[in-house]
This record gives sequence, structure tokens and C-alpha cells, in this order.
Amino acid sequence: MAFEIQVAKRLGEAEIALDCVAGDGLTMLFGPSGTGKTSVLNMVAGLLRPDRGRISVAGRVLFDAATGVDVPPQHRRAGYVFQDPRLFPHRRVRANLLYGARDERALPATVAMLGIGHLLDRWPRTLSGGEARRVAIGRALLSDPAFLLLDEPLSSLDRPRRAEIMDALLRVRDEARLPMLMVTHDPEEAERLATRVVTL
Amino acid sequence: MLSADEWTILALSLRVGAVAMAAALPPAFALAWLLARVRFPGKVLVDALVHLPLVVPPVVTGWLLLLAFAPAGPVGSLLQHWFGISVLFRWTGAAIAAAIMALPLMVRAMRLSIEAVDAGLENAARTLGAGPWRVFWTLTLPLSLPGVLAGAVLGFARSIGEFGATITFVSNVPGETQTLPLAIYSALQQPGAEATVWRLSGIAVAVSFAALLASEWLTRRVRRGLHGV
Repeated sequence: MAFEIQVAKRLGEAEIALDCVAGDGLTMLFGPSGTGKTSVLNMVAGLLRPDRGRISVAGRVLFDAATGVDVPPQHRRAGYVFQDPRLFPHRRVRANLLYGARDERALPATVAMLGIGHLLDRWPRTLSGGEARRVAIGRALLSDPAFLLLDEPLSSLDRPRRAEIMDALLRVRDEARLPMLMVTHDPEEAERLATRVVTL
Repeated sequence: MLSADEWTILALSLRVGAVAMAAALPPAFALAWLLARVRFPGKVLVDALVHLPLVVPPVVTGWLLLLAFAPAGPVGSLLQHWFGISVLFRWTGAAIAAAIMALPLMVRAMRLSIEAVDAGLENAARTLGAGPWRVFWTLTLPLSLPGVLAGAVLGFARSIGEFGATITFVSNVPGETQTLPLAIYSALQQPGAEATVWRLSGIAVAVSFAALLASEWLTRRVRRGLHGV
């Protein structure tokens, strides 16, 4: 199975719990705001430590409270596209894309797929929301991830931009063939993109 | 123009300020990073200790330094034993006093600038495969650099103005430990030396002003380098 996630975490007053097993393709974590969807992604990425449980992705155990396994985030090979693009402001787009790249020769193909070739020499602060989002997706893909985590990649974009990013994501899903875990609160998005939907 | 004595005082002040700043910079940055980014038991205590020179009367700091660096003191005896040197009544001692007094200010400025670095960017770098050192060198340090430089210049200016701890620790020796404030103090003790006080005070204001301008210029330059403005 691509994702096997059984975790629980208390954050303040809220108890976040998820128990799901999902195969390849795009698994959508669906639910209203405040149910801890982003926290689940952070736990899979290794940025947030679950209180208990076990996380295994593509056959590799990333966290297991019972056996004390807790792979640090830099070794999890997660391609994480955050809700805010989090581009490094002091590096141009090209340097952002290559920050985690294992093989720079993959750059042209990724750039072409996302249509960001004309942005390579720009500074992040000069990008529009949709452009920054695409660069963030490219940066995650170029780090040669074993799986992708996407946190509301279509939020706060206008309609044409949404269509653009959605197309890019469909292409990633079908061409890169990476297991993807995506968070959304938009039923239409879940319907259109998801291989399966997990409701939180 | 400046007299030979005034040049000596100015040169000594700049040397003490520069050496104090250079000596305080690494520990100040390390402490700032520790306080900004790491959770550990006793953090409140470390924070308070760092800030102590800011609130303790400088005379007390100077006296404690004197005890520590005296030939029989814990640090002084080691320096004597290993290197055969003493910092008492020497400009190096003045630099040590200035560095200790400047440390809290430098840590404060640097800590703020490190805290201002978005932890989300650091987390993004980690998911991209960067270990702690790479995150530090490629993100934390360059993004906090303007604040670090501003803190360094602040430390330099503070060092040049140091009075209480210096005069208690290494006394007021012309040509060796008599920096600008100490020379102004000496001139104030002499009848009819108002002109000297005026001139030295003017130099002190000019140096401080130049340091602030340099800090502003550096900060802008670094920002431009960072964001391609």
C-alpha cells in the first residue's frame, strides 16, 4: 500500500486521529477546516511528531512509536507542497528549484511540464500566486521524492490559475506516478482529482 | 585637526571597539541562535545570565572581571600559566570588558533577526533533504544577516562608549586603556580643560554617528543582495 497511516496527536484541545490505508494514485484528505488535515501531512513529513501510531509510505516505515522509529524529515524523501509556497526569498527561481535536486538534468523536463521556463531567473517576490505555486510544486518534484504531500495547492487562486495548477497536478499524478496525499476542503476538487477520498 | 594625543585616544578606542566586537560576535550569534531556536532546560537562566551585564552596575562587572583576571584569579592564573600574559592595565583587558558589556545588546539584536526567519522556510528545506547544517548555512544565516550585522555595529558602538567596567577593570592608563570616554572623564577632572572635553566629545559623537550610518548602509546592501531589489 502506498500510505499506511495510523496516528494520534493531541494539539491543545484538539485530538487528531487518522487510521487509513491507501493505494497508489492521489489520496484526498477531505474535511472542514480545523480537523487537523495539515497536521497529518506534517506528521507524514516528519515535521510533527505523533503521540502514538505508525506511518509507512511505499513500504518504508517512517515512524513507529512501538519500535522507536522516527526518520528525520531530511531522510523521508517527502515532496511537500505547503499551502503557502515557502520559496526561499534570497534565491532566484532556478536556485529554489535546484535546492533539493539530486539530479540537475531533470530540471528541463520538470520546468516544461509546469510551464515555468520563463521564470527561472526571477526572484520569488516578483511571482504571482499561481506562478509561485507551480515553482513550489517543481521544487518538490525535483528533490526526487518517494511520495508527494500537497496542502490545499489550489486555495487562494483565481479560477484560471486553479485550472492551470489542477492540470499540472493531474500530469504529475499520471506522469510521475508518485503516491500523492492531498488535503482539501473543497468537494469539487476532491471529486475531480482524487483516486480515493479519506474524510477526516 | 586632531593632536597626537587625540589620535592615540581615537585609534585605541577603535581598536578596542573592533576587537571587542570581533571577539563577542561568535558567542553572541551562538547564544542568539540557541535562545531563538532551541528549547532546553535552564533556558530562562541562560537568558538572564546573558542579560546580566545590561542591568548589573558596570562597576560591579568590572570588579568581577578584576577578580577573575587577577594573577591569582581563576582566569588570570591560567593565562599567566599557559601564555605568560596578563590583561590587567592592558588594552586587551579593555576589549574584554567592552565585549562583555556589548554582548547582551548584540544577542538581543541577533536573536530578534533569527526569530524573524520564517521557521516554515526551514521546514521546507528539511523536507527537501537539507540537514541541520545546510538549513543553517543556506537559510538561517543569510536571512538573519542584516540583523546580525546591525547587532555587530551596535556592539562596536557600545564598546567604544564603555566606561564603568573598563575603568574599574583596567584603570585609566593613557595610551593603553584610556579610550574616548575615559579620556573625557580625565579631562573633566582638570580645571580649564573644557576645550579638550568639547573636542573629545565631538569625536565620540562623530564615531557613533558613523557607526550608525555604516550599519544602515550594510543592512540595506545585504537586503538588496538577499532579495534582488
